[in-house]
Amino acid sequence: MSGTEYLSGRRRARSRKAVAAALQFLVVVATTYIGLLAVTFFIGRVIPIDPVLAVLGDRAPAHVVERTREAMGLNLPLYQQFFIYCRQALSGDFGVSVLTTNAVMTDIRRVFPATIELATLGTLIGALIGVPLGVLAAVKRGSIADQIVRVIGLVGYSVPIFWLALLALLVFYARLKWVAYPGRIDIVYEYTFSPITGFYLVDALWQRQWDVFRDVFRHIILPASLLGYFSLAYISRMTRSFMLNELQQEYIVAARAKGLSEARIIWGHALRNAAVPLVTVIALSYAGLLEGSVLTETVFSWPGLGLYITNSLQNADMNAVLGGTIVIGSVFIGINLLSDLLYRTLDPRTRAR
Amino acid sequence: MSALLTVEDLRVSFPTRTGVVEAVRGVSFTLGRERLGIVGESGSGKSQTGRAIMGLTPPHAQVTAKRLAFDGIDLLSAPPKLRRDLRGKRIAMILQDPKYSLNPVMSIGKQIVETLWRHEKVGRAEARKRALDMLAAVQIRDPARVFDLYPHEVSGGMGQRAMIAMMLVAGPELLIADEPTSALDVTVQLEVLSILDRLVAERGMGLIFVSHDLRLVSSFCDRVLVMYAGRIVEEIAASDLANARHPYTQGLLNCMPVIGADRHPLPVLDRKPEWAL
Amino acid sequence: MSLATETRPMTRREWLLSDRPQSRLQARLGRAYMTWRRFSANRLAVVGLLILLGLCFVAAFADLLAPHSPVIGNLAGARLLPPGSEGYLLGTDDQGRDILSRLIHGSRLTLAVVVLVAIIAAPVGLIVGAVAGYAGGWLDAILMRITDIFLAFPKLVLALAFVAALGPGIENAVIAIAVTSWPPYARIARAETLTVRNSDYIAAVRLMGASPARIVFRHVVPMCMSSLIVRVTLDMAGIILTAAGLGFLGLGAQPPLPEWGAMIASGRRFILDQWWVATMPGIAILIVSLGFNLLGDGLRDALDPRESGQ
Repeated sequence: MSGTEYLSGRRRARSRKAVAAALQFLVVVATTYIGLLAVTFFIGRVIPIDPVLAVLGDRAPAHVVERTREAMGLNLPLYQQFFIYCRQALSGDFGVSVLTTNAVMTDIRRVFPATIELATLGTLIGALIGVPLGVLAAVKRGSIADQIVRVIGLVGYSVPIFWLALLALLVFYARLKWVAYPGRIDIVYEYTFSPITGFYLVDALWQRQWDVFRDVFRHIILPASLLGYFSLAYISRMTRSFMLNELQQEYIVAARAKGLSEARIIWGHALRNAAVPLVTVIALSYAGLLEGSVLTETVFSWPGLGLYITNSLQNADMNAVLGGTIVIGSVFIGINLLSDLLYRTLDPRTRAR
Repeated sequence: MSALLTVEDLRVSFPTRTGVVEAVRGVSFTLGRERLGIVGESGSGKSQTGRAIMGLTPPHAQVTAKRLAFDGIDLLSAPPKLRRDLRGKRIAMILQDPKYSLNPVMSIGKQIVETLWRHEKVGRAEARKRALDMLAAVQIRDPARVFDLYPHEVSGGMGQRAMIAMMLVAGPELLIADEPTSALDVTVQLEVLSILDRLVAERGMGLIFVSHDLRLVSSFCDRVLVMYAGRIVEEIAASDLANARHPYTQGLLNCMPVIGADRHPLPVLDRKPEWAL
Repeated sequence: MSLATETRPMTRREWLLSDRPQSRLQARLGRAYMTWRRFSANRLAVVGLLILLGLCFVAAFADLLAPHSPVIGNLAGARLLPPGSEGYLLGTDDQGRDILSRLIHGSRLTLAVVVLVAIIAAPVGLIVGAVAGYAGGWLDAILMRITDIFLAFPKLVLALAFVAALGPGIENAVIAIAVTSWPPYARIARAETLTVRNSDYIAAVRLMGASPARIVFRHVVPMCMSSLIVRVTLDMAGIILTAAGLGFLGLGAQPPLPEWGAMIASGRRFILDQWWVATMPGIAILIVSLGFNLLGDGLRDALDPRESGQ
């Protein structure tokens, strides 16, 4: 076999492998999504004795109930109902919210940027502090610094987020007056500031409205720091264990034998290897913060998806609750898959070349 | 022959919960620009001797010596910065298994260039050229291609050549090879050895060849130290190996099969506690 | 060697540490003793254990320990008293109820939630994982796909939706949490099963004619137990936090039950002036979930030294 033949054979095998991987990927996405829809369908249509009342509440007039029953297709067999439900959900139709009388999707589109902005800033804070802390703990293993990082992490794992949020409000807002009151922006700016993307920090920067930026920052910093603390607890702990694993490897000895400095060995070699699984961890913690926002947003009156879901819960607005659940679930699935892809590109061993 | 390396009464010990474990117990030798083999079974302290010279023993290990000097520099009292400057530049080490000793997420070329950048002020293009030359010197046929490959994409023999290139690119005077061929296929072993042999001869380096394989060491080195339980039990010229006096060395020699000889019963390596004293 | 041991009576410690146990019981006790020694060398883990023993104690003797009624307060004379007031160590809430007494009785609810979730979720995960791992083939593929689907869900939000449909209440909160927390156990059980499935002793049992069910339950499942126990203990903290979160949103235990999360919610209105009403239950939650985390860490190190990164 000549060299070129051999190479093209390998390339063919590789492309076949890539196609198989892509197919498997699609199957995973599809089944996971169908699973999510099946569970929400079960919650919304099967558990309640009368799904119509669950959607409308028991004070709805009789003719509305009847119309809705038909509109929801409740006289059809269950599998047909599920089929219709999937079709509607896939086209972004989660029904109408009883509370706001808007289409649920419209509501979600309005509130979701607030949640994304909060969770993104939280993850940034968590990763930017958590990774160095984890590295420090691993390098100085067994030292006081290691113990402190461990305790910070353990408390972060154990503390109820809504309670810590209340205390933080009490201290930093009520007593110290360092941050603004709950909410996203001061009423003064509510009418003069017209956001484009819905991410207020970005919008304010874009429009060079520095006073707005300052105000938005004073609103977001406390909830974002709290969420950041939670992701920090997780990220620093995982970073530590990944780094400990890498620092024991032979290539670290080789790097030392080359005469590299400790800093270069830790940040350039060990962390570069630990980064591969760390990306997954950071992505998962991002997904966790999106979910954790449900409790945090309630405390900070943050007008995001979490607050929307809890408000709807309290008003038995099932369409809105399930719509929010599906959206968060979809983002969750998306982030899971994305982190999987990122893992593949970061690790040359799994990268398809 | 000027002494490149002087080792006198080198001791390496590890404090553990159950007491102090002494891995190396008073090893002394001098090395010029020659090839010295250190042979012994696993746990005899041969690898820790090599690592102590490099300054790469684990942080909790205690290294002491009456004298440990490289080219007149006292290594044990040298500041860490100086030792780092020596490592890779003047003393280099080749590790056992390229599968683990090359950084898996860094391309081979980058790992070679990194050594160069650490010790010399060279431009990007110059560094690349020198790395490619070095890859060619370890008889890699297509250096430009291998330069961009990742360690998992090359075979063990190729990986070990890359390792040699990475360690020799800055032109060290002393090379410590810690079982450089034990993890390789038998067919590849000889290739890698001959490359190493040629480079050491061409560049006039001193070599410490650490191995458990007495036959290999004796065919490759000028002089052989036989270690047992942290001590040197015998020092002998490679050509003179047949006249080894110490029973442990003889035992190691007897383990080698001789074609046509009757091998029943198989010889078992004899270990007497008094040799460890 | 054997003579020496016969002539001199063994101490209890020697009997436990003997490397030639005379009976199964001795072997088991010896192993337990070794585990205990590793565990108790970890001081933080012992603290965790003590916290949880304390929780059990308080829950068991809540009626004796609580100085006041947890539900009926003194509306006339004892509303919102600060901590350290006469007879009210941790102060009182807006209905004049003693916060300490409510915390003491609330420990029962916390313990109940944790135990119920563990009893429901752990066996489900264990069976799904062990069956999938042992059977292999399409059954494995299907069960693990389902497990992965559940793993990819947002747990808290899904639990919220479940409770929203089932109606608020502590039983429904337990069901909702259990439904969302079994998948990791299934993964663990499957991984452990795969490692023991091809071992020689399983082959030996099979040769002796044991049925698949007997092999799974008598020989595979016990091997999964230690890693499962570690994981369940570590998850307990998360379960407590989720339950408290549901309570905080008004979806868990309903008033006047002294559930800690719900207590924080009701103290929220007074946070600026009467900080203790919301603060005290939060501290209780923090301590208990910290206890579970410490215990879980210690158990992991003691039962499985490989995993602890030593």
